[in-house]
Amino acid sequence: MVQAALEEQIVYSRPESFTAVQTHYCPGCTHGTAHRLVAEVIDEMEIREKTVGVASVGCSVFAYNYFNMDFVQAPHGRAPAMATGVKRVLPDRFVFTYQGDGDLASIGMGEIVAAAARGENITVIFINNANYGMTGGQMAPTTLPGQQTSSSPNGRDVEVMGFPIRTAELLSTLDGASYVVRRSLHDPKNIRMAKKAIRMAFETQKQGLGFSMVELLSVCPTNWGMTPYQANQWVQSAMVPYYPLNDFKVHPALANFRV
Amino acid sequence: MQTEIIIAGFGGQGVLFAGQVLAYAAMDQGMHVTWIPSYGPEMRGGTANCTVVISDEEIGSPIVSRPTVVVAMNKPSLDKYENMVKTGGVFIVNQSMVDREVERKDIHSVMVPANEIAEEIGDKRMTNMVMLGALLANLNILPVDAVEKALKDHLPVKHHKLLPANRQALEKGSSFIAAPVS
Amino acid sequence: MTKEMLKGNVAIAEAAVRAGLNAYFGYPITPQTELLEYLSARMPELGRAFVQAESELGAVNMVYGAACTGARVLSSSSSPGISLMMEGISYIYGTEIPVVLVDVMRGGPGLGNIAPAQADYNQIVHGGGHGDMHPIVLAPANVQEAIDITYNAFDLAEKYRTIVVILADGSLGQIMEPAELPEMKPLLMRQPDWATYGAEGRPKRFLSSINIDPAKHEIFNIRMEQRWQKIIANEIRFKEYYLDDAKYAVVAFGTSGRIALSAVRSARAKGIPVGLFRPVSLAPFPEQALYELSKRLEGLLVVEMNNGQMLEDVIKITRHQTPIDFYARTGGIVPMPEEIEAAILRMVEEPVNTTEHPRDRWLARLSQELIGGS
Repeated sequence: MVQAALEEQIVYSRPESFTAVQTHYCPGCTHGTAHRLVAEVIDEMEIREKTVGVASVGCSVFAYNYFNMDFVQAPHGRAPAMATGVKRVLPDRFVFTYQGDGDLASIGMGEIVAAAARGENITVIFINNANYGMTGGQMAPTTLPGQQTSSSPNGRDVEVMGFPIRTAELLSTLDGASYVVRRSLHDPKNIRMAKKAIRMAFETQKQGLGFSMVELLSVCPTNWGMTPYQANQWVQSAMVPYYPLNDFKVHPALANFRV
Repeated sequence: MQTEIIIAGFGGQGVLFAGQVLAYAAMDQGMHVTWIPSYGPEMRGGTANCTVVISDEEIGSPIVSRPTVVVAMNKPSLDKYENMVKTGGVFIVNQSMVDREVERKDIHSVMVPANEIAEEIGDKRMTNMVMLGALLANLNILPVDAVEKALKDHLPVKHHKLLPANRQALEKGSSFIAAPVS
Repeated sequence: MTKEMLKGNVAIAEAAVRAGLNAYFGYPITPQTELLEYLSARMPELGRAFVQAESELGAVNMVYGAACTGARVLSSSSSPGISLMMEGISYIYGTEIPVVLVDVMRGGPGLGNIAPAQADYNQIVHGGGHGDMHPIVLAPANVQEAIDITYNAFDLAEKYRTIVVILADGSLGQIMEPAELPEMKPLLMRQPDWATYGAEGRPKRFLSSINIDPAKHEIFNIRMEQRWQKIIANEIRFKEYYLDDAKYAVVAFGTSGRIALSAVRSARAKGIPVGLFRPVSLAPFPEQALYELSKRLEGLLVVEMNNGQMLEDVIKITRHQTPIDFYARTGGIVPMPEEIEAAILRMVEEPVNTTEHPRDRWLARLSQELIGGS
């Protein structure tokens, strides 16, 4: 009996905005997830050839190897300034930075606040994993009270080391910021919501509305000393209560845009 | 041939502008010229001065410790510059703002009641141009006409309504020397 | 073209505009602020990019980003602000990005003051970032030279894909002189074959100064050092005054160079056969020309507005064969022509040997004059 040829249906593939290389990220790390969401959004918006990414210093320093688009790589913390330079001479290109919490909220706090205040028409993908990943898990500005890290071995003592920074809330107070939200990557539902937010952020830029940032709660199983499963649970149980998942600033012009 | 001129006074007396007008006039006459201000915290309200060097060859130093000419618009400038003027040089002092005569006898000093002359014209802001007129009458490197032309050519158009008063001040300052009052 | 009366800072800014400047990023600091202020009106008027950055860190990295697209980009600052830019300067060099920077030097160290100085010599000429790099450093001494250097600086930066620093000082920034501005070049959006401006119809590119493999980075460093040899061969500039019959010479750059010119003229009027050697390119330094000159001289006087930074280079270049004397004022004090003339006379009348360090004699003398006692 002759059967009709099976129709091949592609249900999942590598986005065009991704290169076909293996990443250097640890098993279970959510950087790969965040990268993929950004790549999918750029594919869907068909803006790959018009996008310039800005990598930062930290685990994502090699992001330019994984994204299939023009990329530059900034000094530690300076990605928003570098992105400003690119965007100001090429206002019709899409420019995004991809920064971790040490890069953005510690050494680069000046640059990110200034870029947001200027209403710089760029998109910022902000990975908050509550520690410095690349240098081996030291305390970050986002490290939770009591959280043990390699430079707060007895836990973050807020009396001595101060308090964590809720970056999205802080930046949302600036008039130049048009879209500032926090999402998480700890389960499929939240990953889907994170992708929608990234799309909204790029849409903000497309409409010329000004600064957009998506803060993504992420895991760092290696430095946290957890399995990926435990790490995702810890995001849910410890990080989300401190860093609520919310829309902190949404420009009214975005109200009618549906992803 | 090189002439170095320092114009000094309080901020707000127009010393920097007077120097610039002189520099423009020198440039228009095809001479080499530099204008350099003293600047800094004294910019607001304190003393201000500028040095103008006019030469017929490439100018080396734009600053001098022994100027050929000093225009002192106030008492601190009289005190500061009296001993710096080159022997045989010219020292023009705004008599309205000082309480003493020039002591040195080896320089040519001229006392000009510039505030009063400017008030006669009806505009106290013209004090600097009165002093510049007096300078030109004693210097013999640039005619008053050249400075008047420089004012017209380089003063922003929005300030052109002040040209007649400026011209009058220059001429009064210049002719004051010719007919000194005692 | 007719001459206009132009202030140094403004002249540099307008020369950059006419060279086809696409973007300027800067932060206010005296004594270069007029440069930023002028461009804050001029660039938007021409539809070009201008941003007053949040800091020199911000400014230099905006420059970095914009220059990665192939645009002609400028920033300017003054000594401590330049220090703050050093991280970015190193990254820009390490990424081989053409950029033009203006340093209008002021008195230091520390917050110091806003008076003219030349103490950035080492941090720029021998430095830039954390080492193993060579920016091209050009030191104009008057407004016309500043215009000409600025106008050509972008071509130079692009030719070698490197950083060109225009090393001026507060005096040059504030002075007004008649000068001629060049014609306005057409504004181009350059897309050189290394730049990142969106990978439309071509493979992606990335620009970074990272070379995680030391072996690769060593090769990069050697390649850049080879490029530097080409720059040495092609880009040395200096000015000579009254050297044909000279037995002595003053060596000075920028503002101290032009002040020394007055001192040299005055000394010659007294019958002293002295000339002036004024390096315009401080990096690459006119080593060969100075060495050849020194061989036929009886003495050299190095004059600077710092504690003797170029002095060390001159000693090295002349290989201890020629007696060297040194005169300087520092911390924002500008030497007067008479002081330099006195130093010329001293060099002639009290010849020094080549073993003693010139700075020691200078320090002893200036200590006595300014502080007194022993």
